[in-house]
Amino acid sequence: MNYLGKDVELKVVGTRPIRPDGVEKVIGRAAFGADFSVAGMIHGKVLRSPHAHARIKSIDTSKAEALKGVKAVITANDLPNIPSEEAFVGEGPANFRDMSLNTIARDKVLYDGHAVAAVAATSPSIAEEAVRLIKVEYEVLPNVIDVEEAMRPDAPVLHEDLFTQGVDPKPTKASNIAKRMEFKLGDSASAFAKADVVVERKYKTAPVHQAYIEPHACVVSYGADGQAQVWCSSQGQFMVRAYCAKLLGMDIADIRVFPLEIGGGFGGKTLVYLEPLALALSRKSGKPVKMTMSREEVFRGSGPTSGGAINVKIGATKNGRIVAAECEVMLQAGAFPGSPIGPALMTPFAMYDLSDVTIWGYDVVSNRPKVAAYRAPGAPVSTFATESAVDELAKQLGMDPLELRLINAAKDGTKAVYGPTLKDIGFVETLEAAKSSPHWNSPLGEAAPGKLRGRGIASGFWFNIGGESSGATYVNEDGTITVVSGNPDIGGSRASMGMMAAEVLGMDVKDVRTVVGDTTSVGFSFLTGGSRVTFATGMAVTQSAEMVRDELCKRAALLWEIPSEAVEWKDGKAYPAGENAGKFDPLSVADIAAKSARTGGPITGKASINAQGAGPGYATHICDLEVDEETGHTTVLRYTAIQDVGKAIHPSYVEGQLQGGAVQGIGWALNEEYVYTKDGRLDNAGFLDYRIPVASDLPMIETILVEVPNPRHPFGVKGVGEPPIVPPMAAVANAMENATGVRMGSLPMSPPRIRAALDAAKG
Amino acid sequence: MAKTHVTATINGEETEFLCDGQQTMLDVLRDEMGLTGSKEGCGSGDCGACSIIVDGRLVCSCLMFGAEAEGTEIMTIEGMADGENLHPLQQKFLEHAALQCGFCTPGVLVASKALLDKNPNPTEEQARYWLAGNLCRCTGYDKIIEAVMDAAAEMRGE
Amino acid sequence: MYSPTFAAPQSIDEAVRMLGADGAKPLSGGTDLIVQLKSGRNRPAAVVDLKKIPGLVGIEETADGFVIGAATAGAQLGEHARLVAAYPGIVEGAELIGSTQVQGRASLAGNLCNASPAADSVPCLAAAGAIAVVAGPNGEREMKVSDVPAGPGRTNLAKGEFIKSFKLKKPAAHSADAYLRFIPRTEMDIAVVGAGVNITRDGANGPIKSATVWLGAVAPTIVEVDASCIIGTSLDDATLAKLDAAAQSVCNPIDDKRGTIEYRTKVAGVLARRAASIAFKRAGER
Repeated sequence: MNYLGKDVELKVVGTRPIRPDGVEKVIGRAAFGADFSVAGMIHGKVLRSPHAHARIKSIDTSKAEALKGVKAVITANDLPNIPSEEAFVGEGPANFRDMSLNTIARDKVLYDGHAVAAVAATSPSIAEEAVRLIKVEYEVLPNVIDVEEAMRPDAPVLHEDLFTQGVDPKPTKASNIAKRMEFKLGDSASAFAKADVVVERKYKTAPVHQAYIEPHACVVSYGADGQAQVWCSSQGQFMVRAYCAKLLGMDIADIRVFPLEIGGGFGGKTLVYLEPLALALSRKSGKPVKMTMSREEVFRGSGPTSGGAINVKIGATKNGRIVAAECEVMLQAGAFPGSPIGPALMTPFAMYDLSDVTIWGYDVVSNRPKVAAYRAPGAPVSTFATESAVDELAKQLGMDPLELRLINAAKDGTKAVYGPTLKDIGFVETLEAAKSSPHWNSPLGEAAPGKLRGRGIASGFWFNIGGESSGATYVNEDGTITVVSGNPDIGGSRASMGMMAAEVLGMDVKDVRTVVGDTTSVGFSFLTGGSRVTFATGMAVTQSAEMVRDELCKRAALLWEIPSEAVEWKDGKAYPAGENAGKFDPLSVADIAAKSARTGGPITGKASINAQGAGPGYATHICDLEVDEETGHTTVLRYTAIQDVGKAIHPSYVEGQLQGGAVQGIGWALNEEYVYTKDGRLDNAGFLDYRIPVASDLPMIETILVEVPNPRHPFGVKGVGEPPIVPPMAAVANAMENATGVRMGSLPMSPPRIRAALDAAKG
Repeated sequence: MAKTHVTATINGEETEFLCDGQQTMLDVLRDEMGLTGSKEGCGSGDCGACSIIVDGRLVCSCLMFGAEAEGTEIMTIEGMADGENLHPLQQKFLEHAALQCGFCTPGVLVASKALLDKNPNPTEEQARYWLAGNLCRCTGYDKIIEAVMDAAAEMRGE
Repeated sequence: MYSPTFAAPQSIDEAVRMLGADGAKPLSGGTDLIVQLKSGRNRPAAVVDLKKIPGLVGIEETADGFVIGAATAGAQLGEHARLVAAYPGIVEGAELIGSTQVQGRASLAGNLCNASPAADSVPCLAAAGAIAVVAGPNGEREMKVSDVPAGPGRTNLAKGEFIKSFKLKKPAAHSADAYLRFIPRTEMDIAVVGAGVNITRDGANGPIKSATVWLGAVAPTIVEVDASCIIGTSLDDATLAKLDAAAQSVCNPIDDKRGTIEYRTKVAGVLARRAASIAFKRAGER
């Protein structure tokens, strides 16, 4: 059923109730990954490589094993050596052999922080001491960190069996280029002839970490019968189960995963790191094992997202029509293939209605941690480049950058370069909303002496996905409702699930409680990612609530002894309808629940679906900033995030996604980066020198929710979590150019780089 | 290694514990007392998720030895509500949706309480600088600041 | 398994005795020591908490000026109105160390003895001519604060010695200090460059009578700038340019994750100018 019509009055959806899991979180009682304990558990720690690239010649664990309190020591030999197997996992393609080797190195370490061995002992400090006692003999190899250097023919090769896919003929020499991909529409090469103005420039972005505040943590209990239980913080309990089964050689049915509260993920918790090691340690020691990462381990050992080098060429006629565009993206994957090169190529021109585009790119390995998904994986990197180039184009044409975007904006019916014809999209609406926003219409204001002010605008696109999801609605004995979602709640989805169910049932949302099920208490759900949960799992929950509503009507009919078609559900009650109208008192959920034993037993609804028809998300951001000419320090003065969200179920949490995404993007633009020493060691593995924005760095983040409903969702939902990280880097860079006249082509735009660029511009 | 015996008042209760020389107050709270509301986000004083109030002063419990707690009065997130009555800050955080994942929330709440104890009428800028040591990656701080300002106004009776 | 002993002596003598043992480390705020201990970079055999010793925490105003207990937290300095009025720059520096939470613990002695060239409280202490009162096996001695650091992570204190207090003389008429540091964010970073300036004017509207300028994070220890170029001036643009050049000329920084040699050198000049202008203005207001 669809609840989109003008005649449908929504009573719950679109309001701002308090989330069902809120109180536990404000009183400090909610259990996150490291907060969980089981009786008799011991503690695991990981030994990590100090080298960027080295062959492991030997590992001597005897001293660690001899330390009092040590119960198990493992190396890669304690896990199956699994063959190369391509699979679509997480938010991108991967290979289970690579995943296994990333979890624990076998013959070679490929980055500083790569796990080499693990220990379980009766206390964390004994485990730490034991880790120090493991002796590893390395043969240090030359390393390569930078993506372009890794592509050179003479670069140190990470994998001797890696031959570039997607080129013809297939290379016979191994290299660090895992794959070449290309998308093409029309004929860009000849279309440049029609352009009056052509912008051609190179851009570069640094790898950045998701930097969730909760480090990875898990508790694992492997029983003598070969069955295991896992309690952990992740973006998917079913993901953890499947990957652990694969990496340990276990049956899926032998693993039960309990999702704990997740302290942020942003894509970074769509993989397993500790869980397979904890399982192996628990199996070997016969005891439950708890493992937590330190912050340093999070930076060194878990996935950042890719950095990239991007070449853009874009041409337009003098009246502002973009006639040709080309883009080359070199994306850094970390130690194993699998950068988000696909989405990086598919997204950056999806805001525009173009006829002649070629975009191609490379998935490149280097001696860095294997990348993990991070909010709209790939899109921010390539879009920083293309949206910066569009701004340069506007400047060269002497046009308002917003008008240039409006002239070229994708609309319903636009054919995207990556194939589909777009529909029900709200990009123009975000531009119109930007144009009429208070921010765009207010003056920039005078800069203080020695400071320069500027305003920038940029847009972004993200597909959003659907996929397999399960939800259940249970009527409790007293008439309250329990909703079970198959997806970890990363930003308030329990609230939105409960609200959709309450809306369907016509109930007060306070009487609907949503929980996240473990892998045995709800049907399979693909992980929390791709901005899919409120869309896909929301659809499943809505369907399960509708089943309950229909069943409640049937039960009322049985109680009244009238046909079930003659019962109408309204405001949380069953009413006799048609010729029976008024003949019986309405029955509430509680009334029907109290008598359910007489009418057929418990009332439940369960839906497991493969949700199709996710609506793409478009965002447009406006940034005002001020730069200190002498120090290169940037202050963001005002920021507005505008996005087509389809329909905001709980507007506060939708705004929160826009604000959080925008601020992550501001951090990406200004200060965040992985800094390496000359010998390939990560030099800023902590929050002191990996500089995410702090409260005093920022203004309030204004939001404008544009609602162009997605007709393929019962309430019109489009994914909202990922689009807001796509525009900020270009919005900030465009504001910077507006302020200083200098185009910053390289991220981060940190103070030393800005000062150097300003000095260079002065000559 | 002999452990140190410590007596401290934690959330209004006189509490005794034993700790060794390398345990921080955060280790003691989480591992010895089961008070897991204080979180370890970094272990180096850079994220504020372990914030507690010791003798009226806001500190990171990861940057204090457990043995230093002798004779002190300590408040953790678990002691912020009065029984089932939430502190106005806790209530405002819920109303303003000032938490997404909720991991930084205990530390932010404790730090915000320390702010309002000291300055009942902070400006937005003062609140932002006071809370600069509490990292939040989800919210962009916007709704946190709104909630703190609103709670301050309510506590002033406005 | 590693675990240090912990003791909180009640007297200087007791502390001196304990710190005479091999591997003993004094603890004041602990904001550096605990991080180093947990990461394994520094594993003392004994931790000696100085905060229970009378006089180690607190600020006393004397006829000659101020005596600040070595373990007094930065936040306490900021709450002492008379100290803030007399030495706004020293307090600014101390209050820039880390977060609100860190300011609740971090002390002047810890900041000085951790011996990071980027320590925020040190340039203004040096510019004020602050004296560190050092206790040790051979009794007490006094050192200029600027003589305490020997290089990154190293001090000129002998084994068993620790700082007991800091002495600041009563500021001269029409004198004031100021501290500025540069960080990429607005809070929570280590200084890329720091500049502390102490200026005395010849009357409220008069020119500069004396000045000291110290820089942080541009050399292995804090370094003094030859400020003779600003004496007798009222900081006109040409004079500020000279001070900028003088500041740049003493820089000997490194390239690291926080800044480049070129950037640090340029910004040292900028901050020296800006801090001098603030101190000059303040000095005229008293």
